[in-house]
Amino acid sequence: MSTDSAFKLNDIKLRPHRIFGGIKPPAFKSSSMRSRIMPSPIPERLILSLRQHQGSAALPLVNVGDMVLKYQLIAAADQESALNLHAPTSGKIVAIESALIPSQLQQSEMCIHLQPDNKDNAIALNEISDYRAKTNADLVALVKQAGICGLGGAGYPTANKLKASIDIEAELLIINAAECEPYITADEALLREFAKEVVSGAEILQKICLASRCIIAIEKNKKEAVSALAAALNNSSISLVQLPAKYPAGGEKQIVQGVTGLEVPSGGYPPDIGVLVQNVGTAYAVHQAIVEGKPCISRITTLTGAPLQTPKNFSVLIGTPVSFLFEVCGIEEEQLTGAIVGGSIMGVELADLQAPVVKTTNCLIAKSTQEFPEAGKEQACIRCGFCADVCPAKLLPQQLYAYARSCNRDELESHGLFDCIECGACAYVCPSNIPLVQYYRASKQSFAKQLKQEEKSLYWQSRFQTHQYRLKKNQEDKLSQRKTKKNQAEV
Amino acid sequence: MLLLIDQVFIQLGIAFVGALLFWRLLLNIYVLLVTQTARQKSFIDKINRCLPQTQCGQCGYEGCRPYAKAIANGDAINRCPPGGNETILKLAQLANEPLARLDPAHGNIAPLLVAVIREDECIGCTKCIVACPVDAIIGGPKLMHTVIESECTGCDLCVDPCPVDCIDMINSTDKSIPTWTLPTTSGALATQLEAGS
Ligand code: SF4
Ligand code: SF4
Ligand code: SF4
Ligand code: SF4
Ligand code: SF4
Ligand code: SF4
Ligand code: SF4
Ligand code: SF4
Repeated sequence: MSTDSAFKLNDIKLRPHRIFGGIKPPAFKSSSMRSRIMPSPIPERLILSLRQHQGSAALPLVNVGDMVLKYQLIAAADQESALNLHAPTSGKIVAIESALIPSQLQQSEMCIHLQPDNKDNAIALNEISDYRAKTNADLVALVKQAGICGLGGAGYPTANKLKASIDIEAELLIINAAECEPYITADEALLREFAKEVVSGAEILQKICLASRCIIAIEKNKKEAVSALAAALNNSSISLVQLPAKYPAGGEKQIVQGVTGLEVPSGGYPPDIGVLVQNVGTAYAVHQAIVEGKPCISRITTLTGAPLQTPKNFSVLIGTPVSFLFEVCGIEEEQLTGAIVGGSIMGVELADLQAPVVKTTNCLIAKSTQEFPEAGKEQACIRCGFCADVCPAKLLPQQLYAYARSCNRDELESHGLFDCIECGACAYVCPSNIPLVQYYRASKQSFAKQLKQEEKSLYWQSRFQTHQYRLKKNQEDKLSQRKTKKNQAEV
Repeated sequence: MLLLIDQVFIQLGIAFVGALLFWRLLLNIYVLLVTQTARQKSFIDKINRCLPQTQCGQCGYEGCRPYAKAIANGDAINRCPPGGNETILKLAQLANEPLARLDPAHGNIAPLLVAVIREDECIGCTKCIVACPVDAIIGGPKLMHTVIESECTGCDLCVDPCPVDCIDMINSTDKSIPTWTLPTTSGALATQLEAGS
């Protein structure tokens, strides 16, 4: 990259920098870190959503009644933003119908329902002994083929992100291991046990995106993960940056600031300043896909919360129902008041425990009144400004809140609603118990809806005008036809 | 004599200036009228842009633009059910009018729908095609008809004309936008409007 910022970027020493705002909530990580990662047993039914992330749905390649093998491609990405989907185990396709999936969208999606035959027969895998001999385009194609998306949360297709970063010639690759949500330990557990594989994945990613430097950023209180990483990085050009523990240090823009000290511009993304950010889980999935030839059929998910007798991290097959995982952990039903997908701060309530794990499900929390008491009653904003102090995006949450209440679109936009990363730090410190993030999400959604509606209206208007023109033209044609007939009759 | 000529010149001069001023006045009036109508027209366009363009006629006018014209001439801003509160809000800001609840005489706020023809029951009478304001239906005489979902505005106008009642209005399946609702505990404007207080 030839711009000034990149020039600056290359000179910058990568070390811990201060990020804006942030909070230090108490951590509840130790319980799920007590045991090692356990491969989750195969459930009676896997529910595989055609939409595993916030993109378009994949096209199913199987019919009801088909027998499929483990790793077999069962739905293909026919659009740029879709993801390939593979069978997590062998079995029979028993239905293709809609089911609720856990996502921010809280909605039903078309799902392929797979009944495992418990034989776990797999297709032959195409291992690559030396990926360095492959061209980058081939490697990107392999990543796409494996159906990998960002496993940290957002779930943007990794192949697309890599392509984009090749285009902008990213200078720096940051592997994000800063897992700042108080309950989530999936990345920490992964690093503790598979640091070597993660480093291998990071090296592949660095080769593909051509970044001259690559670092792994982790919070320094994760002692075991740090020492495992340090050992794995012994002969590697990749270095480690240890950040102070703070929420939300792991946000994409925050990690860039935390490592380089540079601020991602408002409305922009890390690639705008020459940085590519990938999650550790994604690096691991890339290693599995390239070196072992395995498509993305499982992920590490934290199961935690007081109602679970043995909270732990699972290597869980995509499509496993949440209720099944709770049972494996031993659930105390009388304590259970609900479930959260994602972390305790940014996560969303799960409406139905039958919902399956998708590729972006990093954590499932069994709720109890003891750990998650009813939120206090929402009170009026007292303008204390605590929210503005902790906002990592340097916004004025209390102003956004006021404008969200009055549906003031222009002010919301000029006050940076779209720079809000929905981290929830503001709501966490608000003494008036205002569910601020809910307001922002609702506003963002109503924005999106209005934009779409305006687009549609314009289209309908033009259709209506064409319709009227057509009617008029028909009328005129008829008249002129009549006239010529009349003329002919007269002649 | 010289004085007389002077007088004539002065008179002529005055007459000339007078005529000039008169024409200038006429021109001014003309320009005023033209800009007025242009301004009125662009105002109507602006209002029209706030309306959802389903062309359903529930407002009591032939379509959205006629209603926009009526609003510009002082009609109430709360007569468009498909637009709902968002449209009322936009219109209130634009026309500088107080917020008002949707006039129930014109219908209720409802989610956007699309028409679907139960194709095996269609007798091919083409009545729905004639009724559709945006040409969203295809079919021919005595042939099966169908609605192109992406073109349908959900205006409901094709339902009544169908002699065999084979057209259903169903929820539109647009899933690309997540649905978040405002906290119910709040007194936010949108929720107030929604709740009917
Ligand atoms: S904010 Fe949440 S999703 Fe993002 S890195 Fe931190 S824990 Fe992960
Ligand atoms: S909330 Fe603050 S500003 Fe308001 S009355 Fe109390 S001290 Fe004063
Ligand atoms: S923290 Fe809550 S009460 Fe304080 S200014 Fe922000 S929104 Fe208002
Ligand atoms: S949720 Fe948005 S407004 Fe609140 S602290 Fe986070 S970025 Fe700032
Ligand atoms: S009621 Fe129907 S026709 Fe009237 S303005 Fe609204 S959408 Fe247009
Ligand atoms: S198909 Fe029916 S509901 Fe849809 S736009 Fe045409 S007339 Fe209206
Ligand atoms: S051919 Fe089909 S689409 Fe074309 S006018 Fe006839 S019925 Fe309509
Ligand atoms: S009005 Fe009803 S029966 Fe007639 S063509 Fe349309 S759908 Fe078919």
